[in-house]
Amino acid sequence: MSTLTRVGRTFRRTAIQAVPTVFGIVILNFFLLQLAPGDAADVMAGEAGSATVETMAALRQRFGLDNPLLVQLFNYLYNLAHFSLGFSPRYGMPVADLIGQRLPGTLLLMAVALAVAIVLGLALGSLMTVFAGRLPDRMLSVISLLFYSIPGFWIGLMLIVLFSVKLGWLPSGGSGTIGSNLTGLAGLWDKARYMILPALSLALFYVAIYARLTRAAMLEVQSQDYVRTAAAKGLPPAIITIRHVLRNALIPITTMAGMHVGGMLGGAVVVETVYSWPGLGRLAFEAVMGRDFTVLLGILLLSSLLVIVANATVDLLHAWLDPRVGVR
Amino acid sequence: MAAPLLRIDNLTVRFPNTEPVSRLSFEVGEGETLAIVGESGSGKSLTALALMQLLPRSAKIPNGRIEFAGKDLLGLDQKAMRNLRGREIAMIFQEPMTSLNPVLTIGRQITEVLTLHEGIRGKAARSRAIELLNLVRIPDPQRRIDDYPHQLSGGMRQRVMIAIAVACRPRLLIADEPTTALDVTIQAQVLDLLDTLRRELSMAVVLITHDLGVVAQWADKVVVMYAGRKVEQALPDALFRTPLHPYTRGLLAASPRLKTNLHYRDARLTEIPGSIVSAAGEKGCPFRPRCTVARDSCAHFVPALVEVSEDRLVACPYSFIPEVAHGAALGL
Repeated sequence: MSTLTRVGRTFRRTAIQAVPTVFGIVILNFFLLQLAPGDAADVMAGEAGSATVETMAALRQRFGLDNPLLVQLFNYLYNLAHFSLGFSPRYGMPVADLIGQRLPGTLLLMAVALAVAIVLGLALGSLMTVFAGRLPDRMLSVISLLFYSIPGFWIGLMLIVLFSVKLGWLPSGGSGTIGSNLTGLAGLWDKARYMILPALSLALFYVAIYARLTRAAMLEVQSQDYVRTAAAKGLPPAIITIRHVLRNALIPITTMAGMHVGGMLGGAVVVETVYSWPGLGRLAFEAVMGRDFTVLLGILLLSSLLVIVANATVDLLHAWLDPRVGVR
Repeated sequence: MAAPLLRIDNLTVRFPNTEPVSRLSFEVGEGETLAIVGESGSGKSLTALALMQLLPRSAKIPNGRIEFAGKDLLGLDQKAMRNLRGREIAMIFQEPMTSLNPVLTIGRQITEVLTLHEGIRGKAARSRAIELLNLVRIPDPQRRIDDYPHQLSGGMRQRVMIAIAVACRPRLLIADEPTTALDVTIQAQVLDLLDTLRRELSMAVVLITHDLGVVAQWADKVVVMYAGRKVEQALPDALFRTPLHPYTRGLLAASPRLKTNLHYRDARLTEIPGSIVSAAGEKGCPFRPRCTVARDSCAHFVPALVEVSEDRLVACPYSFIPEVAHGAALGL
């Protein structure tokens, strides 16, 4: 069986499984959010300072918040079936537009953070494997333990203190210099400068995980018989490590990385808040505070889709990396 | 006699606490099959790994000499040794199920060694790989070459391992229990294949096994190892006719007789009492605790190898005393 049919078969299976999953997530999220006390009308009224019972009722009626729960759910599903995520009472605009504004920023941040985490993690993990049990391994172990245990918001703040406040090398927040109108390479560099600190704060935790995981997986693979076979062929150590060890060790690492896409969205909420990064995470945070459930539902739906896509990608990667996957 | 292809002289392999191979010497001539026999833990596999210089990092070779085609292998640097591995000395392992990389096609794993040592790439490498699969009697090699190891049976995988091993026409093939993990019917096929290839490619074979039946059929010369030492060396016929060392006798008594079915009728298979123990810190003959003919003096010195006749060495001073030999023949 060729690699292509293997990957294709995996793709079909994953796509079919995704449909009921998404449906379940929507309904579950809807009811979960109803458990939170208060609604958008309460918050808006609270922020306005005063509101009569009539205004509140009018607000609720306008956004359909006065309908029975099941009717609200039906309306939401009806909208979804027409590819509409609903209307945000708080921002006064369609949720899809709102998310559309914020999504690229978050996706970019996550992609950069994940890439940094995987590359750094693999490099550190390989280094630890090469020096397993010796001083460099021990030192890197301690460092990765630190990365693992320090909370993201603290790392974020400390990076700001060091690189923005003390050294003044990098901006402390935002996603680009306002009004600079830079284009081309200069514009890209400007964006990159704003990206470095948030991406790093988000990535460090995962760097630690991937480094430890790479080390464990590589040590495990190194003791396999086929690595001895590779050595008996007369292959030099570098080729043995890359072609025979790393390739097999990547399988557990891709699994982990796929699972982390969901976790990274959670981490993005904190990091985006610390760096005032205009992304989905901060929008979600604001939506919770404003009881803007339509927005929140939209974000949750999108995140779950993102996780499903990530899992599917991992499955496809597995089918490509590991020929035994297609057999099941 | 011409200089042997491989000469091992006084080889010792030492780990921090044990010495699993101790002052081992033997020779293998061009095109010859030498069998190394012994139970698990007797140091056979470590000897093989020492030959390839693929010992675990904690193992040291404090003394001894490994001479291959006139070169001192222990004196070679890493690069020169890598150049020999897979090209002049090849090795196949006990576990065909795990000895192939699961994520690479078998074709890739064969061409890898061709590219490395002979610089053959692309189409040429592929057709050489198909030839090799043909050589090891894998049916339908054009299709099989793109298979992954999990799509092949154990016997087929061991054939692929053999194809990889003989890809560069090595002068010496080390086979570490090549058939232990295989069905009995497949065992004979694989060993026959090895023997045919040995003749066709005129390579020498070091066959490591604990199966005496294998020895009788395929070996030119036999070395019996116990606890890291050579206790007996003989031609197979002589070994089976008159085993001298008490351990060899025990081994023979513990395996079903060949070519007769006597054991079905009258003889129980005997066992060697006790188990192999580390020879470290022990004084005297390592086999003494399990030996049926041991005497007090065995506790004081390690018996030296004595040349009994041509091609015949034994490390037990009591092995040729008639009464002992007689007693052993009775299964005592």
